[in-house]
Amino acid sequence: MSETLRDLASTIRSKNAGPDNITFDIIFRDRGNFERVRDSGALSRASVAALYDIPDARIVNFNVIDAASAIKFTIRRLKPSGSPGESDVFGSQQYAPLFDVVIP
Amino acid sequence: MKRIRILCPTGHLSFTPMEKESFRIGCREKPDYIVADAGSCDMGPRPLGADTHVSLEAWQRHDLEAMLLAARELGVPMIVGSASDTGTDRGVDQFVGLIRDIARQHGLAPFRLAAIYAEIPVAELKRRRAGGAVIEGLDGRAPADEALLDRTTRAVAVMNAEPIAAALQAGADVVIAGRSSDCALFAAPLLVHGFSPAIAYYTGKLMECASFCAEPYMAKESILGEVAGEEVWLTPMHPGQRCTPASIAGHSMYERSDPFHEYVAGGVVDMTGCRYEQVGPRTTRASGAVFRADPVVRVKIEGAGLVGQRRLAVVGIRDPYTIGLIDDAIAWSRGKIVERFGPEGPESYEVFFHRYGDNGVMRDLEPRRNAAARELGLVVEAIAPEAKVAEEVAALAARNLFYARLPQVKGTAGTAAMMSDEILIGEPGYVWTLNHILPVRDALELFRTRMMTIDTATAKEPA
Repeated sequence: MSETLRDLASTIRSKNAGPDNITFDIIFRDRGNFERVRDSGALSRASVAALYDIPDARIVNFNVIDAASAIKFTIRRLKPSGSPGESDVFGSQQYAPLFDVVIP
Repeated sequence: MKRIRILCPTGHLSFTPMEKESFRIGCREKPDYIVADAGSCDMGPRPLGADTHVSLEAWQRHDLEAMLLAARELGVPMIVGSASDTGTDRGVDQFVGLIRDIARQHGLAPFRLAAIYAEIPVAELKRRRAGGAVIEGLDGRAPADEALLDRTTRAVAVMNAEPIAAALQAGADVVIAGRSSDCALFAAPLLVHGFSPAIAYYTGKLMECASFCAEPYMAKESILGEVAGEEVWLTPMHPGQRCTPASIAGHSMYERSDPFHEYVAGGVVDMTGCRYEQVGPRTTRASGAVFRADPVVRVKIEGAGLVGQRRLAVVGIRDPYTIGLIDDAIAWSRGKIVERFGPEGPESYEVFFHRYGDNGVMRDLEPRRNAAARELGLVVEAIAPEAKVAEEVAALAARNLFYARLPQVKGTAGTAAMMSDEILIGEPGYVWTLNHILPVRDALELFRTRMMTIDTATAKEPA
């Protein structure tokens, strides 16, 4: 049965990592859910770039962290946080599109 | 084996008031140090550039009072870093003033205070650059050049543990530090007691945000860390929270792009091999960090530069036809601004149409554009070197959404709703000019420490 990331992860968040980056943490309380997402390939550097419709160059890194049952990636901002035109100075509301990622 | 207990009541002192009950419980555990960070670069560049604070002074007093009274009663040192949100010299002086007021108000016995200043004049950065220092950019930024430094209004150096450790060794009961690396505040006392840099900085990394390393999610609650050997035991002081291997491991990657490495001036903490073990119902033990010293000490420099004056206007749109053609309506509005002020650019003006209900929150990262909204809220943000121009651009932008010429429009008495006829006055706009590192001879050289005795009975000032 396919479920979404929202059903499987216990934490899905985004936050500034310094003024130039926004970092995303997806953390699983349930080891089985983590392994299922990790092994599905539904979440990858390429799928994240496609989801946010950004070039690969803006993805600073993408890590699967087995020890923490977590997946983490970082996106470069187009302008530093708090510049004129800023809409999310803490970078704290950029994770919502991850909720609907379907995990086969 | 030597054991040191550190109590951390809040992850950002005074951003909202700390919770006193779990702090009281923590104080009963007899901590050896009470430590909290009071700043961040998360709020954007304006507080640093304008040299102001975003925390309310009443809350700064609230949190400092709770910490100071507990620390003096227990007779243990208290350490606060990144004073007053930005850690500028103004911030340090403001916190020292608050500490003095609180001491006077409560008639506290005399104690020693170390004020550590971290601001670095732009002229000093220029002098070092002229002398051959390369001010390297972080996160893909180019090295700082003269033009970038010219655009910088104010800068702070981010201190590591050394200046704080030196203040403790000089007998400080209270340390008020300017801009500091969060983890250094915790590492400093541990280094003074002879612990390894690995466990010292690692403990700091895990404790710096207080209750964020525990679950369930609660802010502003106290955390107790007990360090022995190369291990730290972490316990939340709120009875409803627990530290688990998952909550600690999850927190170890918080607010940093690299999940395994924490960089400080003079080295890096490698957390690749860290281990977490549940050793009590609410306590987790963490260990396994490795510290690698850098041959060259590089101190992070944060700088902010003024870009202009800001004016704002709020406009709502309910007509589904206008909502469908919102790009055209905005283009019309922009056209009227160009007619009057010429093309947009940082030298003349910039205007942003925040489209709440469409992509007001995520902008360039929003994957779901043009979803049919019932209503749209537009915040027009205009920025220009001169306030008069910013005001006019904001007014032109908002009022021309009202007069947008769309081919089939039926609402010919106004295509937008004005929340008010006002143009709102915003704070000046700033940008982060410096997110760089400066090589130094030693970790102390950019920072200035002033030791003083706070003796309110005789109203004695600096010793």
